[in-house]
Amino acid sequence: MLELRGIEKSFVGVRVLHGVDLEVRAGEVHALLGENGAGKSTLMKILCGILRADAGTIRVDGTERHFADYDAAIEAGIGIVFQEFSLVPYLNAVENIFLSREIRGRFGLMRRREMKARARAILDRLGIDMPLDVPVGRLSVAEQQFVEIAKALALDARLLVLDEPTATLTPAEVEHLFKVMRELRRNGVAIIFISHHLEEIFEICDRITVLRDGAFVGLRETAEVDIDTLVEMMVGRRIENSFPARGEVSQEARKVLEVPRVQLRKGGPVSSFHLRAGEILGFAGLVGSGRSETALSILGAYPAAACEVRIDGAEVRLRDPAEGLARGIGMLPESRKEQGLITSFSVMQNISLNNYRKYRRSNGLIDRKKELACTKDVMARVGVKASGPEARVDTLSGGNQQKVVIARWLNHDTRVLIFDEPTRGIDVGAKAEIYQLMREFTAQGFAIIMISSELPEIIGMSDRVCVFRSGGIVATVEGARINSEDIMTQATTGKVETGRMDHVA
Amino acid sequence: MSHEANDAAAVKRSGGSGLSGRVSLSWLIHSPLALPLAGLIAVSVLMGIASDNFFTVSNIFNVLRQVSIVGILAVGMTFVILTGGIDLSVGAVMALAGTISAGLMANMGLPGPLGLLAGLGIGVLFGLFNGALVAWGKMPAIIVTLATMGVARGLGLIYSGGYPISGLPDWISWFGIGRIWTVPVPVVVMLAIYALAWVLLQRTAFGRHVYAIGGNAVAARLSGVKTQRVTLAVYAISGLTSSLAAVILTGRLMSGQPNAGVGFELDAIASVVLGGTAIAGGRGLILGTLIGAVLLGILNNGLNLMGINPYLQDVIKGLIILLAIYIGREWR
Repeated sequence: MLELRGIEKSFVGVRVLHGVDLEVRAGEVHALLGENGAGKSTLMKILCGILRADAGTIRVDGTERHFADYDAAIEAGIGIVFQEFSLVPYLNAVENIFLSREIRGRFGLMRRREMKARARAILDRLGIDMPLDVPVGRLSVAEQQFVEIAKALALDARLLVLDEPTATLTPAEVEHLFKVMRELRRNGVAIIFISHHLEEIFEICDRITVLRDGAFVGLRETAEVDIDTLVEMMVGRRIENSFPARGEVSQEARKVLEVPRVQLRKGGPVSSFHLRAGEILGFAGLVGSGRSETALSILGAYPAAACEVRIDGAEVRLRDPAEGLARGIGMLPESRKEQGLITSFSVMQNISLNNYRKYRRSNGLIDRKKELACTKDVMARVGVKASGPEARVDTLSGGNQQKVVIARWLNHDTRVLIFDEPTRGIDVGAKAEIYQLMREFTAQGFAIIMISSELPEIIGMSDRVCVFRSGGIVATVEGARINSEDIMTQATTGKVETGRMDHVA
Repeated sequence: MSHEANDAAAVKRSGGSGLSGRVSLSWLIHSPLALPLAGLIAVSVLMGIASDNFFTVSNIFNVLRQVSIVGILAVGMTFVILTGGIDLSVGAVMALAGTISAGLMANMGLPGPLGLLAGLGIGVLFGLFNGALVAWGKMPAIIVTLATMGVARGLGLIYSGGYPISGLPDWISWFGIGRIWTVPVPVVVMLAIYALAWVLLQRTAFGRHVYAIGGNAVAARLSGVKTQRVTLAVYAISGLTSSLAAVILTGRLMSGQPNAGVGFELDAIASVVLGGTAIAGGRGLILGTLIGAVLLGILNNGLNLMGINPYLQDVIKGLIILLAIYIGREWR
């Protein structure tokens, strides 16, 4: 039903798409695969009228179309669910679904009952049950995604673009999303599915289009390829996607961080854990199970009801991440753009951000030679690929941006690093490099808390794993018990966690 | 959405700056100062054509002297706006600092230097108050400073009973009408403050943190920047520059004027924004603010020289600001 041919696009003289083809049939789930920077997002923006192609044709049902803007694409039956949602957090699901297309009755008043019934009908068709009267900001990420999908369907979308829909979902939520996608497929809706998770692509997709460096590499039936072939198509070389070997952490290793008592909300569960030098402690659990909040509480960046922290055995109370920094605890936050980087800054300024004390001369000014030298040094150590320290950080790929945030902490005497979803939204090659870095850090005596929604990552990297559920740690597993069955059971047993939680941070 | 276009342009830019020769021109064109500078030149040329007196040394010094007070207020405003905040209290704090310091000198017999220092202290105190409410009280800057603007204005009127306070030592006038060599003292003071501000913003960790907070406050905090202290400091700086402007004003009028500076906060904000600083914070240059302030001053001066109806002048000024911001939006 959709055919893109020879799409080309340049930005200020830089070619980002060189004649890309994409062909999607009605009622199929079509994977669009490629490393970050391969041109997937640009292609999708062209498809839905946000950007205009320099050359090439777009055909919908055989007729050539030119979309002047997003609205024109919507008219043609194309719906897109972006990575960053475009929902109004204070409105409920129904109001969001019909936003700017409210059904009006007499006197221009909204027909709320009719809107609600229609929203309910769409969601029912997909087998989704969720509250419609709650502001969407209070729904889980997965539920918000369903609202986005319902919004597109309310506009009679016949082609749905899902841009990394699973990046922020827990395995159970991903399963639910896949059920919904299969339902959509049965209804004849075509889906373009963008994901970095190859297993997911094998589970849900019918065909796969691979892009590399803005060029079309190939179109394959899912049944006819294996993971190794796909990875090779994506990166152009075979890479080992296994996790680097782990070293032994001795039971006698010093406890660098102890949290004898943490309670996120009054009346909520109370947890405790500790972290030894040289180990990676995994925080597993569903989204909203309190992993990030617990980590942020240690730093004083989340207002927990109670949080006792001991660093090297000494009781401390951190009220601000700046105090955490002074005590040697650093944080790689969950969202690079919103919590990690100053996007208007250069690579060097981002790395220097919390390092200026080192560069301060006696007269209070910054020693810029020293700053440059140190920056180059850590950039090399972490392997940041950029045109130079002066390059603007928002010109880098996701993986390199992540390394910039990591580099920031290397200039310090940090001993504890908290990595929140360290490989989210970065490509396979960069992932392997980040894993390698984490191993190098622990070998140097750093201790790492790794929060991750990717079970393979938790299992492949962690020395011990704390499993979270409903705001607290329900189990800490180690050795052979670090396996997907045990962790998932712990994370989901008992009362089913809906993953809903008020975000106060 | 044109995000990637910007990226590509930025790549090109950072790549290009390694070359030499024509670089300085291309650097200038891509610099955030390009547009304010172009505006300044355009307006100057227009005024030069319209009035024979415009390009005389005495008129240029005259313009700069007139600019100095708003120009100094705009320095503090730049710090605040760079963090993503705003300070509406600058005009009122200036009037209060001037009034009280005049009162202390004229009525309480405080020695002149101490009186001036007391004025500066009042400015800093108000700034600290604003900053504490924004940083720790977590209240929106626009509301906090709107409220303290009223408080400061009211306190000045209460203290003075609504009348100017005169009877100051003669030497105070040096700050308003004195000259160093041929340059008016207010102009020297203003340029010195800009130079200091430039060093602070571009060459110290504090300056980097100011930009970082405006760029992404959450990221700055999570990476260990003491965001609350930096926020407190920028409002304190704004209070300080308000009271420094008060010294110039007092010197020029030889009195403390409780009603002075009404609406100056808007001229200061206009200077900052005309200078290319993003109102949302994170981007901008102090030099741009200087250009913006001078641009605004030339408009005032030129429209006066041309003998245009003062009410119409406000309309013209407003429209020119809108036009400038519109072009700047397209440019970036």
